[in-house]
Amino acid sequence: MSALWSALGAGFVFGLGLWVSGMANPKKVLGFLDVTGQWDASLMLVMGGAVVVTVVGFRLVSSLNTPVFESKFELPSRKDIDIPLVAGAGIFGIGWGIGGYCPGPALTAFSTLSAEAIVFVAAMIAGGVLHKLVTRA
Amino acid sequence: MHDFTPISALIGGAMIGVASVWLLAANGRIAGVSGILHGFVTPLAAPDVPWRAWFIAGLLAAGLAWQGFAGPVIARESLPLGWVAAAGLLVGFGTRMGGGCTSGHGVCGLGRLSARSLVAVIVFMGTGMIATYGVRHALGVAS
Repeated sequence: MSALWSALGAGFVFGLGLWVSGMANPKKVLGFLDVTGQWDASLMLVMGGAVVVTVVGFRLVSSLNTPVFESKFELPSRKDIDIPLVAGAGIFGIGWGIGGYCPGPALTAFSTLSAEAIVFVAAMIAGGVLHKLVTRA
Repeated sequence: MHDFTPISALIGGAMIGVASVWLLAANGRIAGVSGILHGFVTPLAAPDVPWRAWFIAGLLAAGLAWQGFAGPVIARESLPLGWVAAAGLLVGFGTRMGGGCTSGHGVCGLGRLSARSLVAVIVFMGTGMIATYGVRHALGVAS
């Protein structure tokens, strides 16, 4: 049960960070991606601020033998740079650049129950399921 | 420079980083939102579902708390919903194909000094900028 409260708390702080930083506002995100328009560099600092914390924090976490509430760490093991990585990131970026939403901001914005957040999240889930169907075939 | 908000960007970014370190230290998991969501919607094993549900509930609760604190969020209505749906499909498909999004590859992957994630971040930032240019300036769609 502690693990679930912990996941809830992490999601909550993560989500608040998205709102505080402006990431949950798609206009703000597009202001960053629109380098030929009136460019707003703020989101560079969101990513920068987050990564400084994870670089240092993950180093500290790596000294733990097991996570606090679980029996083992579940970490990605792949190191190869392949076509699906590049193509997938490219496709994701196109959707991000059109809508201004990536998955975290879209989910926390879903709480506003705005038409676009509902449509975006539904389509995003459909896109993930579609990928699963395509790759299984 | 337009609407530059460096202080709130850094504070919010640091909060995202703290939450990611927290999820790894306490739950042993990478805070990659596309993967967390996808594993919740199409689970591989039943015990894997609850923590994902609770993390997502935390994201939603944060949105409600933010609106309680800062007031109702005015929804953007400029981008036609057809474009919104297309964007969502591409984000859902692309993040699963590429194995991560801004949080998984960006915040966490870069934090782990992963070369895969660095490549992904450069690519999605690049195609994101091109797509924003294409939609806003070449096609003239208000977004």
